[in-house]
Amino acid sequence: MKVLEVRDLRLWYGTARGAVRAVDGVSLEIDAGEVLGLVGESGCGKSTLGRGILGLLPEGARADGEVLYKGRNLVTMSPRELRRLRGPELGLIFQEPMTRLNPLLRIEDHFRETLEQHESKMTDADIRRRSLDTLGRMGIPPTRFRQYPHEFSGGMRQRIMIALALVLRPSLLVADEPTTSLDVIVEAQILRILADLKENFDTALLLITHNLGIVAEACDRVAVMYAGEIAEEGPARDVFADPMHPYTRELLRSTISLETTELHSIPGAPPNLVDPPSGCHFHPRCPDVMQVCPVRDPIEVAPEPGRRVLCWLHGPDEEIPAGGTQKLERGQIAVAEEA
Amino acid sequence: MSEALVSVRGLKTYYSIRGSFLDRLIGKTGAAVRAVDDVSLDLRKGEVLGLVGESGSGKTTLGRTLLGLVPATEGSVTFEGRDITKLHERELRDMRRRMQIVFQDPHASLNPAMTIAQAVGHPLEIHGLTNDRDTLRARVSEALERVGLAPAEQFMDKYPSDLSGGQKQRAVIARAIILDPVLLVADEPVSMLDMSVRAKILELMLALKNDFNLTYLYITHDLATAKFFCDRIAIMYLGRIVEIGPSAAIYEDPKHPYTQALLKAIPEPDPRRTVPRDLPRGEVPDAARPPLGCSFHPRCPRAFEVCGWEARDLKDLLETRWAHMDEEGYEAEQAAIGPVEELDVPEIHARLPVNGGGRGEDVRAILDRAREADPAEPFWTGVSRIADVDGHVEVDWHEPVEPRLLASGPVEVECHLYDEDALAEAARRRGAGNP
Repeated sequence: MKVLEVRDLRLWYGTARGAVRAVDGVSLEIDAGEVLGLVGESGCGKSTLGRGILGLLPEGARADGEVLYKGRNLVTMSPRELRRLRGPELGLIFQEPMTRLNPLLRIEDHFRETLEQHESKMTDADIRRRSLDTLGRMGIPPTRFRQYPHEFSGGMRQRIMIALALVLRPSLLVADEPTTSLDVIVEAQILRILADLKENFDTALLLITHNLGIVAEACDRVAVMYAGEIAEEGPARDVFADPMHPYTRELLRSTISLETTELHSIPGAPPNLVDPPSGCHFHPRCPDVMQVCPVRDPIEVAPEPGRRVLCWLHGPDEEIPAGGTQKLERGQIAVAEEA
Repeated sequence: MSEALVSVRGLKTYYSIRGSFLDRLIGKTGAAVRAVDDVSLDLRKGEVLGLVGESGSGKTTLGRTLLGLVPATEGSVTFEGRDITKLHERELRDMRRRMQIVFQDPHASLNPAMTIAQAVGHPLEIHGLTNDRDTLRARVSEALERVGLAPAEQFMDKYPSDLSGGQKQRAVIARAIILDPVLLVADEPVSMLDMSVRAKILELMLALKNDFNLTYLYITHDLATAKFFCDRIAIMYLGRIVEIGPSAAIYEDPKHPYTQALLKAIPEPDPRRTVPRDLPRGEVPDAARPPLGCSFHPRCPRAFEVCGWEARDLKDLLETRWAHMDEEGYEAEQAAIGPVEELDVPEIHARLPVNGGGRGEDVRAILDRAREADPAEPFWTGVSRIADVDGHVEVDWHEPVEPRLLASGPVEVECHLYDEDALAEAARRRGAGNP
């Protein structure tokens, strides 16, 4: 069953330099209990997309398109209705756990506040039982229920944040770089918890990260985002084994891992989203760039069932003008600024 | 083997935690965080030494003590024949021309109100090397082009906010090399950059090393970039070097259980891999109250009798057990044991129940059940005696043996698994009979 369907979502906001089209026509689906990884470099729009899905955009941002949660469109929903969904239906986990916990409140009070707000019929004993049970599954002992946030380590705070999101049993959880500020062993501990969510809570998860390694280990499917668009999407195994978009392939090659035998990087830097490159936004950095790429916007194709890619290399052939597939030499493109 | 550029011997850097006003009045010194706790190593001319550890391992403090940016508490750092821990600020400033540092966050390393040319040329002015505007600009231009910010004219009058993260880090590197240093301490220079530009900065640093005959201390938490970048690796945990040796040896055959865990935990972009399940529990402990014996023992899957088991480990064991119990079960056991905070002491003897707990026989039953639930838990190897004494249960742990950094093949490792004496001692105590 689909928990979330995003259709042609556009999100933009004004800056001194002009309108930033942070999300530019994105479509996504997440099934119940599924983990979808949303991966991209900084400034690609992945965090804006995550927040936009939950209706948490800054003042002045505009949204267009549809975000269907169990069939209801969140984009047109009133702020009041949306607030009622956030928490019991839609949960969010942020990167910096310390900034999201109130330093003056005991852990117990965080849970009490959350549960009382959304489930007013619960008794004190129920609240305590449900909270301790959720915390226990995250490995937080009951002896620490009455402690304050500063008494916990970074990894424990993030476990508490996850428990605080899960205690309401939401159907969808958006986690924005949940392990970025953590050390590698603790990161792996938290990823294990997130990857096991479906066994323990049947929660669908949108995991936003810049780290391809995290996606490979924890996600069922992956969507690769570049300059406000989904460049490629498919089952994580297939996308990693056989990337279709040149950006995915180059990003995989430039990730430094223990298996890396030679350094590789993508020329240039990600574009700004006020005035992105014409046609395919990746064309100035693409090693496979063709004549058609700078002049026509790419069209999404599905070369295999369950996979889609936004790249002229995969067609549709009938839309490519004559001679469009000829290689374009570097000198002919406006070169992207070196990072 | 080339000669040492920097020799560190018995280095300790402690940060004192202020005690109360009364403590200071009566001259009692407060507790100390042992950020660097007796480290000795050589940084050889022309090598890249990777200093790898998690946050709180003391790697950044060690890097800064090396440059005299943080005062050493004890020990020596010999750089070009002089012990920099004994130098005055004025003498240090001269030395710093020869040793530079690149920080993690390029956005915070550049003054937003200074142009790139001003920032990169600033060290020349500070050290009074040139006052002539044209010479200054020429030197800056040369440095910028050397780090790939070319044509330099295009960048000199820009402000940091006009540059991408990678470009900023290049400018920071230009500022570091403009004084022709011999030593560069790079503290996580690529960890805030996007994947697609990390390789470019590492390649630049390798090229600069060859061109200028530099020696690097590369401080990082990332064993994957260190593998690529470093000739030798030193693994730090809670202020101590727990393993050091040539990169190839460390990656092919990691000895210390901590090194093994760090390597296993790195997320690999390989779809055949899944999240590792057998990871050390917990996190790096508080350096103000380090565990007894080997600091890693509470998290170590291979720890045994003499590694330093103690009362705090019993507290962790009970708490972990309770996290996975239902409320009734937990409350009954908790009431029998008493407030576990009382066990939060570095002692190898405990008397249960603690204040206000229940009956000794209940405590005994809880310990028996905990052991039965997971008999392979290394904690139980450390228990030397459990005895019922006047309605209480007494638990004793083996006296810890302090770990030593010892040669093991091509590397040195500080772990009892590779220490014949510690293994023999453990066997002797095992023979003496566990409960």
